[in-house]
Amino acid sequence: MNRDDILKDINARFPLDIVDIFDKSPKRVYIEIKPVSLTRVAKYIFKDLGARFNTASGVDTRHYMEILYHFTIEDIGLLISLKVKLDKSKKLEIDSLAPIFEGANWIEREMHELLGINFKGHPDLRRLLLSDEWPEGVYPLRKDYKEWDKKAIRDRGV
Amino acid sequence: MAKTIVPIGPYHPLQEEPEFFSLTVEGEKVVGIDVRVGYNHRGIEKLSEMKTFDQSTFVIERICGICSTSHPFAYTRAVEDIMDLEVPERAKFIRTIIAEGERAHSHLLWFGLAGHFLGYNTVFMWAWKIREEILDVMEILSGNRNNYAMFKPGGIRRDIKSEDIPPVIKKLDSIVPTLQMLKKAVMDDPVLHARTKGIGILSKEDSISYCAVGPTSRASGVARDVRKDSPYGAYDKIEWDMVVTQNGDVFDKVVVRILEILESIKIMKACLLKLPSGEIDANIKDIPPGEGIGHIEAPRGEVFHYVRSDGTNRPARHKVRAPTFMNLPTYKATVIGETISDATIILAAIDPCYCCTERMAVRNVKEEKLYNGEDLIRLSQEKTERLREKYNYER
Repeated sequence: MNRDDILKDINARFPLDIVDIFDKSPKRVYIEIKPVSLTRVAKYIFKDLGARFNTASGVDTRHYMEILYHFTIEDIGLLISLKVKLDKSKKLEIDSLAPIFEGANWIEREMHELLGINFKGHPDLRRLLLSDEWPEGVYPLRKDYKEWDKKAIRDRGV
Repeated sequence: MAKTIVPIGPYHPLQEEPEFFSLTVEGEKVVGIDVRVGYNHRGIEKLSEMKTFDQSTFVIERICGICSTSHPFAYTRAVEDIMDLEVPERAKFIRTIIAEGERAHSHLLWFGLAGHFLGYNTVFMWAWKIREEILDVMEILSGNRNNYAMFKPGGIRRDIKSEDIPPVIKKLDSIVPTLQMLKKAVMDDPVLHARTKGIGILSKEDSISYCAVGPTSRASGVARDVRKDSPYGAYDKIEWDMVVTQNGDVFDKVVVRILEILESIKIMKACLLKLPSGEIDANIKDIPPGEGIGHIEAPRGEVFHYVRSDGTNRPARHKVRAPTFMNLPTYKATVIGETISDATIILAAIDPCYCCTERMAVRNVKEEKLYNGEDLIRLSQEKTERLREKYNYER
């Protein structure tokens, strides 16, 4: 399938799941979907379209916690970024992709500890990068993270 | 008497990138493995949000000393992707030359260390001797042997002088026969075959499920290379071949890397000979709001950068994903069921910056014994020695 067919195909298959498609450039497409539809759409892109999962990036914005799941369809060099927006006033959780493919395992662990997003159904949500002494409920990649806590040993560099 | 366990690692006074593997073994066989990373997490994604777009280039160049070009390359391409900018042709070629020089020296570094783990210190010395020549070439071209500081959003910072090109090509030509000799010596060695063939196999299905990248996936028969899939730089303007092998064992990973060194030198030469004239910098003034993705093929696989701009002079979000992040989890598929003397080379075969293997603690369930990195390298070297005797091999 070429690029246009793939986009038409995704559009036709998931009419109720897609919120918005932003066709940025010949090799980049951003598709915003509803958080509940993530596993369905991601599974289709990974398994049926044969895409490779690059990584995911969590972005802390003012009202939403955005997660972008980047997939590459290698035959045509197209990078599809699935975007979901989680409302920050509600509980931050979304279905895990790790049961579908192993490649999502580590990045979800990383987002879990750095941004505080809960991944439902993840097989092993232990910490990946932060040390065991790091306090619970402090997420360093959030925008409201207060640096240089005078009282905390970790920030005094002792 | 109470037993005391003294694990070596995760820190080591000599090397960077600490990781801590803990292998559970039953007798000789590995039955479980876990890894702890993050000892060296420096919060560069957060740091990058506090720097301007130009300053970030230098910060992320310091993510890795070996891949010091791959990260700026991916980052600058992400920034250029925000504004759909094409850099001048000459800059594209020079970027490609630097990136390939990096690949050649990185693969040689790994190759030498793999030889050392297997007890082939001659391979170590030869590979690092050739690597030295590549570093000399990089010094002529960029002024630095590592951390070249050649990249900036919009182009490159330093031009290559035309009088430097003939001596560089001469030097590259002189490396090739030595490399061919080394390649032949390694690939024809019966002990090395016995030691690496059929060991630590990563199947094609696992490679796809783990989303492995770079030589790790190409050795498993998955033809995936960003340079071919979505060409950037000058990769679509010159002739070169992607190296793919089918078995997924340690031997195939060695073969992929050796052949890629030769390809890299070929690409460098072709780029130097076809180097177009013209500008080297597109002179970016402001970065508009938007988001951009840059992904390139680093020596170990795909490096992925995502940058979001909100119209100020600093990135609003900068996500960095290094290739080892995808390749390292494949240990689950490759190490379990193998013997502990092979674990060192299997874990080294994904090229995770070799210090990782120095930092393994092996817990023997039955004997309550703890091995450290040196023990494991010794075990690995002893196995080669036994094989040498078996094959009546003259050293």
